[in-house]
Amino acid sequence: MLLIKNGRVLDPASKTDRELDLLLDGGLVQELRARGEFGSPGAARIFDAAGMIVAPGFIDLHAHLREPGQESSETILTGTRSAARGGFTAVCCMPNTKPVHDNASITRFIVDKAGTVGATRVWPIGAASVGSQGEAIAEIAAMKEAGIVAVSDDGKPIATARLARQVMDYCRSLDLPVIEHSEDVSLAAGAVMREGVTSTRLGLRGMPAAAESVCVSRDVQLAELTGARLHIAHLSAKASLDQVRWAKERGLRVTCEVTPHHFTLTDEDVTYDSRFKMNPPLASREDREALIAGLADGAVDVIATDHAPHEPALKEVEFDRAPFGILGFETAISLTLDELVATGRISLSRMVELFTTGPARVLGIERSLAAGQPADVTVFSTSHPWTYNVNDSPSRSRNSPFDGRTFRGAPMATIVAGNVVYQRQP
Amino acid sequence: MSYRFRDLLALEPLSAAEISFLLDQSKPFQEIQRHPLKKLATLRGKTVALAFFENSTRTRISFNTAASRLGADAMNLQAEASSLKKGETLLDTAFNLNAMKPDCLVMRHFSSGAADYVARHLDIPVVNAGDGTHEHPSQGLLDALTIRDRKGTITNLNVTILGDLSHSRVARSNIHLLGKFGCRFTLCGPAMWVPRELEQIAPGTPIRSVYKIEEALEDADVIIMLRVQTERQHEPSISANDYIHGYQLNAERLKRAKPDALVLHPGPMNRGIEITPDVADGPQSCVLEQVTNGVAVRMAILYLLVVGEQGTHPARPEPAAHNRRATDRAPEENASVEPVPQKRNS
Repeated sequence: MLLIKNGRVLDPASKTDRELDLLLDGGLVQELRARGEFGSPGAARIFDAAGMIVAPGFIDLHAHLREPGQESSETILTGTRSAARGGFTAVCCMPNTKPVHDNASITRFIVDKAGTVGATRVWPIGAASVGSQGEAIAEIAAMKEAGIVAVSDDGKPIATARLARQVMDYCRSLDLPVIEHSEDVSLAAGAVMREGVTSTRLGLRGMPAAAESVCVSRDVQLAELTGARLHIAHLSAKASLDQVRWAKERGLRVTCEVTPHHFTLTDEDVTYDSRFKMNPPLASREDREALIAGLADGAVDVIATDHAPHEPALKEVEFDRAPFGILGFETAISLTLDELVATGRISLSRMVELFTTGPARVLGIERSLAAGQPADVTVFSTSHPWTYNVNDSPSRSRNSPFDGRTFRGAPMATIVAGNVVYQRQP
Repeated sequence: MSYRFRDLLALEPLSAAEISFLLDQSKPFQEIQRHPLKKLATLRGKTVALAFFENSTRTRISFNTAASRLGADAMNLQAEASSLKKGETLLDTAFNLNAMKPDCLVMRHFSSGAADYVARHLDIPVVNAGDGTHEHPSQGLLDALTIRDRKGTITNLNVTILGDLSHSRVARSNIHLLGKFGCRFTLCGPAMWVPRELEQIAPGTPIRSVYKIEEALEDADVIIMLRVQTERQHEPSISANDYIHGYQLNAERLKRAKPDALVLHPGPMNRGIEITPDVADGPQSCVLEQVTNGVAVRMAILYLLVVGEQGTHPARPEPAAHNRRATDRAPEENASVEPVPQKRNS
């Protein structure tokens, strides 16, 4: 039994934004009452959330936990501890493990492992195609039976329009979302950052925004053709967002996510430091502005981290040889508060939506603090000052461009099924 | 004036004054190239490591010659035979070379930013001898020296660069260097080789892109040719015949430039492709002077980075002693610089 006292409960699903105390028990939300009205229930542990926001548990729709196969970069244990530290209560892990998560045995392995050692909930995403090779449809129904919540060939797009269409048709019948890493791989071939003045100046090969938007265009048209639930991962370009807006205006079941690094940084921030290398790459200033507008007006549904750990031995090489990807869990909330909320671009409740009801809607689940809901709670502060030191991270990797950055606002406690899995030390 | 960096990684961050200083420092070494005995003892006992991870003939020989004419020993890493093929990282290769205690590392690498990356991890000066499609600072300097010698100035010139600019580190170094002296650039080639973004890489420098060679050559003071690599894989390319038809520099087209316009080429040239033999060998061509000047510029670079300014300039004795014999002497006697601790500016 856990009593969260003195906080400001922000629950977009029930349109609640009040000072309420929250009683959790048996893994569920039991009751909400006005401040102080619970008195002191004898058996309950008390968490004092004075001055903090109490929100439904944050969901990260896009992360790489690297297990099985790349445990030197991350494991389910270390990754979920890092996620908990970042305020996430559930993590959706992408299937580009080694071997690729394209069968139910691996689904069961991930689910079992997460149940044993995971600090947070882990909701696996299965591969859309066998080996994510883009040739044959993976055993999606069996994986769904074992616990996947979506399919994706993330790291690359579903290779051909024909197969993407088949996957979308099949997933419509299974009622699973298809998550697309939309990229025209021929336009992006050999590129290590976004094409622009900076890539030209640095002599680094760039990919144009069209490398993404051409494929988003393909994918939303296939969503219309099939009626599937399509979610565009880590959308980075204005032109891509325009395609998503078009799809939404037509009433298609299309959603999209944006990462904190894409709404924080641009290609102008890139140096010969592989911590600035990720895919999709950091985009133009104009793109960043369009993404923020989309986060504010609802065109973007989700903030997802694309947490992509790579151990130093892999990442500490020449820029063009380094793998794509950066850490994301522990800076997501603070970057959102800094870049979007403190600047007045989005409201606090919109922020909570982007981490809770937004991803929940993509997955077809609910996310709220109503009585009877799972006792997954994220408590954060909008004013707590702190400095991110990547060496403090439980992650096995260190590839963050935000190392050393000072923030105002931080995750303060992460509660999964009524258990405090992370609590920030004052 | 002095040179304030530990390394020479790019020309972009240098000021015009620093570039002038580097060019001035090269002058005495140019004289040495004309002497019958060319070897100094300035860097005797010093070691220059040459690590070329990408094929190179003239740049490698030029640096090697520069090092040996300064009296230094050169340590050569053969990229083909190196451990890179065995999976060693660039940084480990660099650490291993450094463990043999060279005084300077000259490196060429196919990755843009590779020299910058290595320099961040080493405590000896690093000279970028070309990194990917980023910069080739010693080439930029030797081109500027060549132009200055012929024209008496590198200020306010109309410079036309022809060829595959998108992949050219030479073009980038030329733009950054000459741009600081008020030169105006015209970039010319088929559009996929002339990305519009190049016009903005050096804020304040007027750069325009044109696609017709006749227009590009109009009023040019300097024409810098780039090697055309029609063999490049997985890259936008055009046929050799199309290139010859549209962009080959021939005598007829050269007439559109100013009568005293210079023609430069970093080599290796494809005679009959980007340039006709009569132009390549003509009076306006500076191609071989560039090569000679390359040794002088690289001597200046190695001298400045390894010895710094604590020593007297080896090829510029005290004014009173300045006569032919000063440098005609047996080279080993010419040593005027004692080994001094290296300057650390970073």
